[in-house]
Amino acid sequence: MRDTRSLPARLALYAAVLVGAAIMLFPFLWTVITSITPEGSLADGPKLVVDDPTLNAYRTLLDAIPMWRIMLNSLGIAIASTVLQLVTGAMAAYGFARLQFPLKNVVFGFYLATLMVPLQVLVVPLFIEMKTLNLQDTYFALLAPTIASAFGVFLLRQAVTAVPLELDEAATIDGAGHLRIFTTIVLPLIRPALATVAVFAFMGSWNSFLWPLVVIRSPEFMTLPLGLSTLQGQFTTQWDVVMAGSVVSIVPIAVVYLLAQRHIIAGVAHTGIK
Amino acid sequence: MNGVTVEARATAAGPVRDLPTTPKRPRRRPGQWKRLGWVLFFLLPSAIPLFVFTLIPMVSSLWVSLHQWNLISPMKWVGFGNYANLLGDEMTRRVFLHTLIYVVGYLPLVYVGGLLLALALNQKLKGRSFLRATYFLPVVTSWVVVALVWKWLLNPTNGLVNQVLGAIGLPEPGWWTDPQWALPAVMLSSAWKDLGFVMVILLAGLQAIPGELHEAAMVDGSSPWQRFWRVTLPLLSPSTFFVVVISLINGFQVFDQVYVMTAGGPAGSSQVVVGQIYDLTFRYGRAGEASALSWILFAVILLITVVQIRGQRRWVHYA
Repeated sequence: MRDTRSLPARLALYAAVLVGAAIMLFPFLWTVITSITPEGSLADGPKLVVDDPTLNAYRTLLDAIPMWRIMLNSLGIAIASTVLQLVTGAMAAYGFARLQFPLKNVVFGFYLATLMVPLQVLVVPLFIEMKTLNLQDTYFALLAPTIASAFGVFLLRQAVTAVPLELDEAATIDGAGHLRIFTTIVLPLIRPALATVAVFAFMGSWNSFLWPLVVIRSPEFMTLPLGLSTLQGQFTTQWDVVMAGSVVSIVPIAVVYLLAQRHIIAGVAHTGIK
Repeated sequence: MNGVTVEARATAAGPVRDLPTTPKRPRRRPGQWKRLGWVLFFLLPSAIPLFVFTLIPMVSSLWVSLHQWNLISPMKWVGFGNYANLLGDEMTRRVFLHTLIYVVGYLPLVYVGGLLLALALNQKLKGRSFLRATYFLPVVTSWVVVALVWKWLLNPTNGLVNQVLGAIGLPEPGWWTDPQWALPAVMLSSAWKDLGFVMVILLAGLQAIPGELHEAAMVDGSSPWQRFWRVTLPLLSPSTFFVVVISLINGFQVFDQVYVMTAGGPAGSSQVVVGQIYDLTFRYGRAGEASALSWILFAVILLITVVQIRGQRRWVHYA
């Protein structure tokens, strides 16, 4: 499209998008500023330029909760749940798209049913299940509900169905079995869908709060959102410490985001287009 | 079962000599076990966890909802008593009302904001991908962090927002400390977080609109305003539909940001449905009612979604 707009219109457009960007970025900047403002000067609110910046809040934070461990927990659980969802999801997708078996539609219907039920419905019985199995307050409990996701299976099945069947047939003639067809033909061709599922799995796990809140008690098994929320109780008015915790938990995801920004946004946009 | 598929399956499962000659007794087919083995191999890794950690809890949630239970002493059968109690309970009405207020306030904010951003970024603009990445940053930030940051920004005494409002002579609301302002505080912060998500979905929709349509409308002498209402908005309706459906589903399940910002307070003024489910279970030891409430919420969400899918024919235009 040719740019036919007048100069004032263009300036107004730039002004608008920059104000928008400022609204989106400023809270992050304010978080950093607050975290390095000395506790004493917080009463009147921090200033944009901090007079005597300090890292005291970060020291208090590291003494209060095992922050490094909590961060590694979050990262480990998010990676594990992403890998597991990709593996279980891609395999199930292949099974539903390429294998024939009795009651296939019924089985797929059960998968879809699990997709429709929100976590809140499951939280109470899932907690009881974990308690009965003596698994509450463990890494496994954190991971359990995210080993397989029906959403992933659904999305990946669409992608596998779109892979031409002739490719499978040609490989079969060459003597390839299901495992070879799956790993060397199907998987490389559904990479965009795998990326989308990976983005959602990682973000879902990284941000998950309700389930860890229910099933985890000990600080050493906490994930970042849960650890942060406990800070609030301990330091009701110490906003510098709470903001320091926020900074520490934003940084890793922001780095991942900056590196993979294009793919993440493309993955999200992909789900909106039918 | 016709001959073609049998042959195709035989080729997929092994050499043609495995082809069953008498399909009347399928149990004896030589390739059958092997084929079943492959089905199990590919499906069990997802089927077992989904069964154990989703399907079983689903069924037991229904079972628990028919009992009175405090998680410790034996369950007491009450039939549909929990449902009847909840539906007649003032508290249930209040938490649903709060959730509804939240959704009704949040959805226009996030949709109009996201649409304006998407329209702006759909123009020829320098630094477009930087801007897009910036608007999207809150989406990847966790709800707990967003809620904490905004709780600080909206702090009534020394928060940034009230300082700015005070400086320009506007009234300074009590935000999360004031029953009137607690829900609006949650709405604002949620809209801020989700704006980028809505923008990305709508931007993808805008970019899928063929340029010729705009050009044709321009040749016909239409104003930009007319083109927006008559061309852009109708052709964007599939993306709008997706955003509305997803936002309503997520909106009715709102919990994290409420729990962190207000914990349902002050004085229960911002208690939402999921917050009530959590409190019923873990604070009041009324797991049966909590389970029943979660099924009522599920039914409400399902109903709203089905109504929207039914109603989409009236306003969603698929190109």
